[in-house]
Amino acid sequence: MTGKPKFAMYWAASCGGCEIATLNMHEKILDFDANFKVVFWPVAMDAKYKDVEAMEDGEILVTLFNGGIRNSENEHIAKLLRKKSQILVSFGSCAIEGGIPGLANLTEMHHFFDTVYTTVSTDNTNNHRPQVEYDMPEGKITIPEFKPVLQTLDQVVDVDYYMPGCPPETHQIAAVIDVLISVVKGEAVLPPKGSFLGVGNSTVCDECGRTRNLKKITEFKRIQDIKKIDPDLCLIEQGILCNGPATASGCESKCPSVNAPCAGCYGPAIGVKDFGARMITAIASVIDAEDPDEIERIMDGIIDPAGTFYRFGLANSMMRTGKASWNGK
Amino acid sequence: MTNNFEPLIIGFTCNWCSYRAADMAGTGREKYPPNIRLIRMMCSGRLDPMFVMKALSDGADGVMITGCHPGECHYLEQNYKALRRTILLKRTLGQMGVDPERVKLVWASAAEGVYLAKEIGIFVEEIREKGPLDWPSRKNPAISIVEKEEVSV
Repeated sequence: MTGKPKFAMYWAASCGGCEIATLNMHEKILDFDANFKVVFWPVAMDAKYKDVEAMEDGEILVTLFNGGIRNSENEHIAKLLRKKSQILVSFGSCAIEGGIPGLANLTEMHHFFDTVYTTVSTDNTNNHRPQVEYDMPEGKITIPEFKPVLQTLDQVVDVDYYMPGCPPETHQIAAVIDVLISVVKGEAVLPPKGSFLGVGNSTVCDECGRTRNLKKITEFKRIQDIKKIDPDLCLIEQGILCNGPATASGCESKCPSVNAPCAGCYGPAIGVKDFGARMITAIASVIDAEDPDEIERIMDGIIDPAGTFYRFGLANSMMRTGKASWNGK
Repeated sequence: MTNNFEPLIIGFTCNWCSYRAADMAGTGREKYPPNIRLIRMMCSGRLDPMFVMKALSDGADGVMITGCHPGECHYLEQNYKALRRTILLKRTLGQMGVDPERVKLVWASAAEGVYLAKEIGIFVEEIREKGPLDWPSRKNPAISIVEKEEVSV
């Protein structure tokens, strides 16, 4: 190969936080620039889809792809970048598990359009909706087609590596970039295909510094309803739903260390196939009640079980969607 | 179609009670519908909610979880954990659009073969009434979703 190996980064259905986390690596970006040629990165530089389409297959060495597959444009670029890249990394929660946009899989498709185009804050008196195709005097114009279900990247194309996090921690990204540079220089070999990069071998609880005792929960509370949170005691013991028990380590337990419960952004820990199921197991085990009515009362404190236990992982869970969304209406 | 719909039900049974009950039903020539496929576990407390979700998303129309009566668990209190997990699981499935009544928890001791057979019969009829769950196949997500896609924006 002549010249520096080529690098691309793309965002599909995501917020852009992954790109910020990547750019946040400060002077490491110089190392990165010395070893890679960025050919396509919509957030950081100007490039056109047709430039990518004109490339040879496998011309890009590595592509970091963040965001889920929400519309036909996302799908097209995912397939295109798969063809043009030797290594495709599913980057961040949304690409791997659907992330926050994946929660939309619980609702019917027309609700999105109602929310965006007919709520009071929108000036749309004629109730216009976007049309996928429209005939203009100059010719037919099109916009990407919205899909009823958000899919993860690996449900659409073959993926080589996964790098979880919302966003992945910058020091983890930097470490992965270092490995990539050594691979390019021939000093290291790539990990086996399908590996999770930049993630620990344990759970967030394992990295969490809070004290854990025998858990006996009699009431769940929302964090805003608690006057004072004990900074040293396990959050679950204080009745706060925390996704730490099922979440992969790698973030150094950032949220629990500042009195916020783990949201679960690093995705399922090793051995966890379904994030929500593991959380249901963990939470149900520590509820201190044996009477069905009492159990129901305690569980009324869990306001939104699906949204809490599948906050990031719905699109990649066993069920993948709610029934409402896949009827396509 | 619903006339000849035969529900597919996965039953998780406990080694110490409900599996023996099912065994006893067989020994006693007690009849129950063949729609239920029994899987033996050491305890209802072994039931990972994921098993239920895997069953439902892979083609089952209902799931029956059976264990020892409260207070009689071979491992002291694991059936209480099964009870709590089932309640929380049903709430979660409800949000996903699965009728929570497609998951049923039944207590049956090793002596209750007749009772278990009767409960299986009742559950099969309940699910037959509800019709197929028909969840899109997880094995080929891209195709099943794309096929179902009828965009009317």
